[in-house]
Amino acid sequence: MNRWFAAGQETRRAREKRMADETLVEEIVRRYDGEIGMLIPMMQDLQTACGYLAVDQLKRLAEKLEVPLSRLYAVATFYSSFRLAPKGQHEVTLCVGTVCHLKGAGAISEMIREAFKVEAGGTTPDGLFSFQPVNCVGACALAPVMIVNGKYYDGVSKDSVLKILHGLPLAEPAVKGEGNK
Amino acid sequence: MTVAACKRFSAPADLERFRDELRRRPPAAARTVRVCIGTGCTARGSHKVYELFTQALKEVGAKAEAAKCVGCHGFCERGPIVVVQPGDILYQRVEEPDVAEIFRETIMGGRVVERLLYEDPATKARARTSAEIPFYKAQQRIVLAHNGEIDPKRIEDYVAVGGYSALAKALATMTPEEVLSEVEKSGLRGRGGGGFPTGRKWRSCREAPGEPKYVICNGDEGDPGAFMDRSVMEGNPHSVIEGMIIGAYAVGSRQGYLYVRNEYPLAVEHLKLAIAQAREFGLLGEDILGTGFEFDIRINRGGGAFVCGESTALMASLEGRPGEPRAKYVHTVEHGLWDKPSNLNNVETWANVPAILNNGSGWFAAIGTAKSKGTKVFSLVGEVVNTGLIEVPMGMTLRQIIFDIGGGVKGGKAFKGVQTGGPSGGCIPAQFLDAPVDFDELTRLGSMMGSGGMIVMSEDTCMVNVARYFTHFLMDESCGKCTPCREGLAQMLAILDRITHGEGQPGDIDQLRKMAGLLEGAALCALGKTAANPVMSTLRYFRQEYDAHIIEKRCPAKQCRGLFRYEISVERCKACGLCRKHCPAEAISGAKKTPHVIDQQKCTRCGMCLEKCPFDSVLKV
Repeated sequence: MNRWFAAGQETRRAREKRMADETLVEEIVRRYDGEIGMLIPMMQDLQTACGYLAVDQLKRLAEKLEVPLSRLYAVATFYSSFRLAPKGQHEVTLCVGTVCHLKGAGAISEMIREAFKVEAGGTTPDGLFSFQPVNCVGACALAPVMIVNGKYYDGVSKDSVLKILHGLPLAEPAVKGEGNK
Repeated sequence: MTVAACKRFSAPADLERFRDELRRRPPAAARTVRVCIGTGCTARGSHKVYELFTQALKEVGAKAEAAKCVGCHGFCERGPIVVVQPGDILYQRVEEPDVAEIFRETIMGGRVVERLLYEDPATKARARTSAEIPFYKAQQRIVLAHNGEIDPKRIEDYVAVGGYSALAKALATMTPEEVLSEVEKSGLRGRGGGGFPTGRKWRSCREAPGEPKYVICNGDEGDPGAFMDRSVMEGNPHSVIEGMIIGAYAVGSRQGYLYVRNEYPLAVEHLKLAIAQAREFGLLGEDILGTGFEFDIRINRGGGAFVCGESTALMASLEGRPGEPRAKYVHTVEHGLWDKPSNLNNVETWANVPAILNNGSGWFAAIGTAKSKGTKVFSLVGEVVNTGLIEVPMGMTLRQIIFDIGGGVKGGKAFKGVQTGGPSGGCIPAQFLDAPVDFDELTRLGSMMGSGGMIVMSEDTCMVNVARYFTHFLMDESCGKCTPCREGLAQMLAILDRITHGEGQPGDIDQLRKMAGLLEGAALCALGKTAANPVMSTLRYFRQEYDAHIIEKRCPAKQCRGLFRYEISVERCKACGLCRKHCPAEAISGAKKTPHVIDQQKCTRCGMCLEKCPFDSVLKV
């Protein structure tokens, strides 16, 4: 908690945010009766609400559940669906399952990483999109498949992927109230 | 909603009465239409197609229920699939503009739209119903029987086709012991990979000391190229739930868990809804069907870790911990979730249970081979003409599956092999195409059944690269708990990387074999123990490809960069200059009207010329 007071006084906005965060975490813990076995669902709900797992919220969750923060960190880093940094404005998922791989998804993944300076599981420096290569989305008839914000693109190639990704609109830095979608 | 729909069933007879009532109900319209909302069809826009149908129905004043969303039909290659009843008319590749025509011609006029029917590529004959399509002809559907027929969001649909009758039968007329022995006699084996006899597992759990006991459904279908379980969970969620309740009754459990893969949001949605409906109808929760039996199910979403398909890792995940497996000499049926007796089965296994109780163990045991009973769902993918989901009796040959049902290799290429069993399975070459597919035969061939992925590979697939891909996959997904798996796979991958880059050395294969033996003997869980399978099975059947890479520095399938050359065909080149313009190494020369040439000294083998050539004149040699 000390962090909040480090600068002397907590600003009104920071205070409001802290209260909102606290209610959110409390709400989620209550949803599962505080049962530690439901830790993963709790963290999934937290991530759904905020887009990622913020350190402050994880600390709060650990406090509420009376477990060390390291336990939450272990879970967050073990499972690939958790992210500890904010996500980009768009979500780009590339299937690199066996069939997609046979049809060239590996080279496409490599190209995206190079062209947009983005790591697997990371976000582009300009915050345009988060890039997640996944093992299989089970749409093998459409291979290679890329999913952008839930929309499936089938039979993609390096060229078509570039066209799709360059066409993504880059909005102004996140506006207040838009984050919880 | 009818009166019956709002109240709980307090006796098995209530369920039967409700079923009779549902069956007597007149259909919503003279002709109804079913739109597939499986993943493949959805990705191609079937939701929009469904919306357009409901809109059209509304405009003519028909009931909206005349259009129905149904689960995967299996024929993903030809999606979106639309079926009109009566007549079972199957339309394929239906796009938005086609809806108006189907509505006008078939639904209103009763005429068939010929151009949307499936056309046999060989005979050019058009098939009107699914039964006439070769893809469906050889299949036998038990688990997928009602997929594509019922609306997965409506419990009424499931009840109308006989749903929950097996549960009623078990609770009202059978003791848990009788249920157990029925499943034992059926010869059902686990569909998740191991093929362990289901009945024996149930009995061990029942007899294990300790309370409470747990029943778990493994829906963490992580094998790339496999989507059988997903289609069952999405398309017929109640069948899984019914199987679990019956299992709980036999084992003596009151709490069940459904562990569903994170990448399957639709499956979670449908299962959640199905559980809520089952509770509402008194089929889950306290006093099920008024018999005093109590059982409930909770859904957990996976976190995106392949290793959680392993039973002990899955249980660790259910306890809210990282999914690390533990040694299996302590059996999970005795010490599983929260250290209590736990019975875990795969989605498809559970979905088989109602059919076994309904039709009897004798009926089930009559299907399949001596030691593998019943049917198996496979996802037939890769370089095959008819990609999709199929269900066939055990013992069908690979040739029947790949050529009769699958339509052979895409583009008329030669068949090289089929990869079965997921990442830790193996590749089976053409000489074993006539092998019957069952648990033991696949194991004998150095592969395994796994959960049922079948990836067809053509002559253009480099088997060393395939082995490298799976090794990379498994290294990524290794939880890191035991050293042989964590370090061994990394070392094996390093060797395979070298080989595919043309830097292989003569001792590499021995080294791979040595490490494979180590993994098999010393790794902690099934993931590690079988992780060398892709390498070992490709070494067994495609040794010459490894040798070509290592000794001749040549990739026979022309897939590994640097191990083949690009050349421009003098006959085909139109001298358009596109390749020359795009070549990053300036290795291509040529003037107007003269075929272009690649300078092999300058060429970096990037493949840009091949991608850019509009006339397919760049060849791999």
